[in-house]
Amino acid sequence: MASASTSPPSPEGVAPSAGDFGRFGGRFVAETLMPAVEELAREWPVAWADPSFRGDYERILSEYVGRPSALTPAPRLAKAVGGGDIWLKREDLNHTGAHKINNCVGQVLLARRLGKQRIIAETGAGQHGVATATVCAYFGMPCVVYMGAEDVARQALNVFRMRLLGAEVKSVTAGSATLKDAINEALRDWVAHVEDTHYVIGSVMGPDPYPMMVRELQRVIGDEARAQMLERTGKLPDAVVACVGGGSNAMGIFAGFLGDPGVQLIGVEAAGEGLDGLHAATMSRGAEGVYHGMRSLVLQDDDGQLQEAHSISAGLDYPGIGPEHAHLRETGRARYVAIDDAQALDGLSLLSRTEGIIPALETAHAIAALPQLVRELGPEATILLNLSGRGDKDMHTVMGRLDADSVAEVEEARARSQKPAGKGGHDD
Amino acid sequence: MTETQTQTQAQAQAQTSRIAARFAACRAQGRAALVGYLTAYDPDRDASLAHILAACEAGLDVLELGVPFSDPTADGAEIQAAMVRALAAGATFDGALDLARAVRERFPDLPIVLFGYANPLLRAAGRLAEDGAGGGEAQLCRALAEVVDGLLVVDLPPEEAAILREPARAAGLDWIALSAPTSPPARRDRLVAGASGFIYAVSLTGVTGAALDASSEGVRAQIEDLRGRSELPVAVGFGVREPEQVAVLAQLADGVVVGSALVRAAKTGSEALAAKVQALRGACSRS
Repeated sequence: MASASTSPPSPEGVAPSAGDFGRFGGRFVAETLMPAVEELAREWPVAWADPSFRGDYERILSEYVGRPSALTPAPRLAKAVGGGDIWLKREDLNHTGAHKINNCVGQVLLARRLGKQRIIAETGAGQHGVATATVCAYFGMPCVVYMGAEDVARQALNVFRMRLLGAEVKSVTAGSATLKDAINEALRDWVAHVEDTHYVIGSVMGPDPYPMMVRELQRVIGDEARAQMLERTGKLPDAVVACVGGGSNAMGIFAGFLGDPGVQLIGVEAAGEGLDGLHAATMSRGAEGVYHGMRSLVLQDDDGQLQEAHSISAGLDYPGIGPEHAHLRETGRARYVAIDDAQALDGLSLLSRTEGIIPALETAHAIAALPQLVRELGPEATILLNLSGRGDKDMHTVMGRLDADSVAEVEEARARSQKPAGKGGHDD
Repeated sequence: MTETQTQTQAQAQAQTSRIAARFAACRAQGRAALVGYLTAYDPDRDASLAHILAACEAGLDVLELGVPFSDPTADGAEIQAAMVRALAAGATFDGALDLARAVRERFPDLPIVLFGYANPLLRAAGRLAEDGAGGGEAQLCRALAEVVDGLLVVDLPPEEAAILREPARAAGLDWIALSAPTSPPARRDRLVAGASGFIYAVSLTGVTGAALDASSEGVRAQIEDLRGRSELPVAVGFGVREPEQVAVLAQLADGVVVGSALVRAAKTGSEALAAKVQALRGACSRS
């Protein structure tokens, strides 16, 4: 096949490594997968530039997912965190309850365009699995979702939802039996069925072109939010905040503001039980490594073995992070902070009682970072927060964690917050 | 690379290529080389060393020593489980190298290929870079060249390989390239261009230990295709379990790689492993 004008070959005739974000990124996969990865890298930009592909994607996001998602002011939340003009980008209102489906619609459309007959995916909490199973049901495509046995046990409801949607859920018992092992198993499936199968990776991770492709499929969040902020406030926000596990909701909203140097970009990762205990704080405690097809930051020991991540939020419970985030941190364009399990639970309670929105535990990390950010940025700052998902899926976990003491704390906090709202309430 | 470096590299290769010597010797004997994979530290250091020595004694031509990794995505269930056992037994990169050193003492002419994933290697290089003045990969490869003959890194395709391949070749190590059934012709040219020692032809579209039809047209076609592109020996592996398969593949390739089946046999003990190696070796002759 005649290769179009690609990058110049290196002295050995080997094309330079693609998909690099500075020194992060790349395509670190077994040779068997390379042709599939190359096909994606070749076909994705063509599809994305094709008005008919883009038209299908946008139409489905509109008539099936329910986009554009709302932008909601959060004055009572702002008051509770010490000020700021806080706005919520409502990805929780999407069909299936999170941002994940934006990516699934695009990738399944691409798989169909490439003639793939079968879809596989990995899932941690089950949100990406449910979103993938949903889009596969919409298109009538067979779907296999790999999920760690630990997660299958913790997220029985989402397992049932995926099966109801017609997907096959395969429980993975290897390793730590969580998200990273589900990804390992999905990669093995892909190696064995690469000719007829597309692997829908759920975040801005994996070999090139996935990190770039998933960012582009999620940038609708940032593009919409930027226009909505300009329309509602007449200016750009001072800061954009989002939680990061693999990092797709954060990359999606950041993408809309990367060209606006005055807008601070802040990612919030999971400190789990604390940075000195079990955590998923790849940015704070990870080291450079090669893992799941990419060079990025990774939680690993001195011998290069992956460490198990921990977060109360299954969606952040991953020992790696997308390579573009590692690059944004290194260049200083974005910064990253860590929020632990207990703070995240407080964040979930706080948004629930101040704005009547129960966020996903992942998103609750971003909420919990607000008091500190408001202290740093000042009470006049405009802050845009990506409300990446709704919390229904987490109610079981939250119920288990809120013991009598913390319930009492919540009651106290509620009593405080039910005093007359005064300036800053929705009735202003 | 300067001319001087190229000469140094060529000299180093000429001095240390046990791999080339072994393939040439097998060819002269009218048989394919038996390349055997075992995971270092499976199930622990001492038993692992006993297994490896027994397998070498029983007739392995090339040892592929697996460096345990927590997330071996290209391996099937058998080798994955071996790595879990090895890590639980305290396997480290340095420990695996130490095993290789012990094997080298007993079998000085036996070629040893270190087989693994990029991250433990790059991390080891990173440790050296922290200790010394940069260039961790070059330091690492020089140290490895004292103990082993080649590197095979599953998740470093040609596009990403340079970071280790260049320092490895400069240190006199062979760089074993993997070719897959899915590799189109242009990729095959790329991967043989950077390879030395031998080309590893992956027999099937899947992970290690999957079921293989050794008589399939695809296997034969890939080996023939590689022969047209490179003068290096071609060894075929993935899914080879039984002497019957080896007997078929030995007619086509210069070497046959057996991994998961050896790992499985070793679970019964060194004697069972040695018996398996003897049976496979017996099937390597060309009729």
